[in-house]
Amino acid sequence: MARIGVFICHCGTNIAGVVDVDEVVKAAGKFPGVAYATEYKYLCSEPGQQTIKAAIEEHNLDRIVIGSCSPRMHEVTFRKMLMSTKINPYMLEVANIREQCSWVHTDKEKATEKAIDLTRMAVAKVCKSKPLFPDSIGVTKRALVIGGGIAGIQAALDIADAGYAVDIVEKEASIGGHMVMLDKTFPTLDCSACISTPKMVEAGAHPNVTLRAYCEVESVKGYVGNFEVDIRQKAKYVDHDTCTGCGACEVKCPIKVSSAFNQGMCDRTVMYKPFPQAVPSKPVIDALNCRKISGDGKCGVCAAVCPLKAVNFEDKGEIITEKYGAIIVATGYELIKWQDIYPEYGGGRFEDVITGIQFERLVNASGPTEGHIRRPSDGAEPKDIAIIKCVGSRDINKGKAYCSRACCMYSAKHAHQILEKIPDGSVHIFYMDVRTPGKGYEEFYDRTREDGANYIRGRVSKIFKEGNKLICKGEDTLLGKPVSVEADMVILETAMVPATDISKLTGILSIGSDTDGWVQEAHPKLRPVETQTAGIFLAGTCQGPKDIPDTVAQGSAAAVKVCSLFSKVQMETSPIISAVDREKCSGCEMCIPCCPYKAITVIEIDMHEHGKKVKMNVSDVNSGLCQGCGACAGACRSGAIDLKGYTNDQILMEVDALCL
Amino acid sequence: MSVNIKEGWEPKILAFCCNWCTYTGADLAGLNRMKYPENVRVARVPCSSRVNPQFVIRAFQKGCDGVLVCGCHPGDCHYVTGNYFTRRRFMLMKKLLEYNGIDPNRFQARWISGSEAAKFRDTVTRVSEQIKELGPNVKFREGRWS
Repeated sequence: MARIGVFICHCGTNIAGVVDVDEVVKAAGKFPGVAYATEYKYLCSEPGQQTIKAAIEEHNLDRIVIGSCSPRMHEVTFRKMLMSTKINPYMLEVANIREQCSWVHTDKEKATEKAIDLTRMAVAKVCKSKPLFPDSIGVTKRALVIGGGIAGIQAALDIADAGYAVDIVEKEASIGGHMVMLDKTFPTLDCSACISTPKMVEAGAHPNVTLRAYCEVESVKGYVGNFEVDIRQKAKYVDHDTCTGCGACEVKCPIKVSSAFNQGMCDRTVMYKPFPQAVPSKPVIDALNCRKISGDGKCGVCAAVCPLKAVNFEDKGEIITEKYGAIIVATGYELIKWQDIYPEYGGGRFEDVITGIQFERLVNASGPTEGHIRRPSDGAEPKDIAIIKCVGSRDINKGKAYCSRACCMYSAKHAHQILEKIPDGSVHIFYMDVRTPGKGYEEFYDRTREDGANYIRGRVSKIFKEGNKLICKGEDTLLGKPVSVEADMVILETAMVPATDISKLTGILSIGSDTDGWVQEAHPKLRPVETQTAGIFLAGTCQGPKDIPDTVAQGSAAAVKVCSLFSKVQMETSPIISAVDREKCSGCEMCIPCCPYKAITVIEIDMHEHGKKVKMNVSDVNSGLCQGCGACAGACRSGAIDLKGYTNDQILMEVDALCL
Repeated sequence: MSVNIKEGWEPKILAFCCNWCTYTGADLAGLNRMKYPENVRVARVPCSSRVNPQFVIRAFQKGCDGVLVCGCHPGDCHYVTGNYFTRRRFMLMKKLLEYNGIDPNRFQARWISGSEAAKFRDTVTRVSEQIKELGPNVKFREGRWS
């Protein structure tokens, strides 16, 4: 027979002011199994905890019920207290008689009745509790960072500096991401490449960092501390161990295609490094456009000129399998494909309607025009430039409901750069609101207006061509009048959207994403760099639009989470997980599709049936993967799979206790 | 089955609330000192998908007047997909209840997030009123003899 101790807390007058605590204690004393019931002013306090400990000894209790505040508040406190007693910390139930009783009711009689009911439910449940013990698992002290943008680089460097090994997987041929494409960063106007390329070089040279450029994550198995990841090394056609990056092949390559790094504003060779400062600084072949590999097979100049014979047209790529203890997702963003949704802006027909990132390349000294602002159509210097903000952002009819956060600031920066480089030019910025939440941001915006940028509040409804000019028709909502701006070039500040293949990755990793596809953090306020899956963290714009400082901060934050995980020799796991009663399991596999963590597998075991040895298929729960949701237990037809701490028996007892 | 409703009769409503959203929302309602009827008792479960239909049947069998299952909003489940299973399971469950002669309106499923304290209060209040209108649930065994 269970010997239950019931302790009811007054919480000063928080509980006792509404609930008649003595009445609850009197009722609790009569519940089946209750050996002792008492009350105390503040049970969570040190003397309160001592009272419980003393009662456990004195009355030889083997499980306890505490009627107090929400278990979300002090369940952990009381479990810790029980660790120094003979009672297992999981032989505890908390009846929530504050948040869900005394604080929400005023009728004392009814509230007391409810408190008694809640206590009875907890007593009934604890009758069926069993001691639970946390498991411990080893931790592989090697981290995987998916995405080599500034978030990934920052995270990797911080982990590496803490002394742990880290791999960066980057799908492009070089790390660097979007930041290295930018010309200058707001509001300080630092040269973006000048501050990001040293970080790239540092990551490339760090003894603890392994760069896996031109790679993609293929599959992820395992769980926190013990992930096994298949990484596909895409065919590079160049042996990077032999190649010195001399560049002879790039110079001689005869085929040119549009450069993705330069946003299609100039060409690159098919044997290429994405940009001159690429890390690793070795080229790959763009097989799709290569005459030797995908064409008539009649080129091979690169192989001929390579002094080290590093070119290998037979390269098929390979699958690398590595073990990791933690994963950071830092896959970044893309810009919305505006051409499809904005036919009124020409839908891509007008060469001189460009995007913000194209302008970044245009104004960059190493870009297609060596930093001279020239419009794509005729190479002339545009005098009047219109900037349109929120293209695809804050517009549910066309694009996304959210604000892309960085555009207000970089459009101000674009205006500043235009006015600096074209002193006799003019800039008209169409905006909905100007949002400048950041250090020095508002000041920068003020400065841009003082520079002479003309801010027009309203959206552009149509862009059309008249001679050499692009006419932007819109409304000035402050004046309540239609406006028409004649521009030589138009810059669209387009919305950030998640990387195209992010849904594939979130599927592989079993992590959530929100309605827009951004990776879901575990808690928007308090766990911003964790995902719902233990051991998988996130950093940067894969979680939602943000600017560089926030991205870098998140990279470092994710690194700290990884380091704290790695600082443990053994990791303790929650014992509230599912377990299978093999005697009952019929092997129907209904539980398997319910599990979001792929924690349940079917195994074959030897059983004895009528004295004969038979092989049976039964479900098996991986204790490292299971997070304890109990979806499987709700689905099991034979009651074989059960969630420890919330077993069928426990909950049914609770139900029965309420319905007495 | 006609039932005489005693004066001052209060229904007994059992609410299964998921730990991450609705239970948190219910706590928040307390923190904000919102008021709702006393006749709701919350049982905490890690996820709404933990609720085995058996628990609901048992509650009605034993004479509970209403059962509420609450979880995170679809797409926001702490365990990624749990509430989708809840949704499918309890769509079917309502039909089963009807088949068994229990008014399906005695059973409700709602999505209430951790920040929606007011929604928790409103839901509980409304469900409580609805159950009151339906009158006491007759326990299976009593129904058999009447």
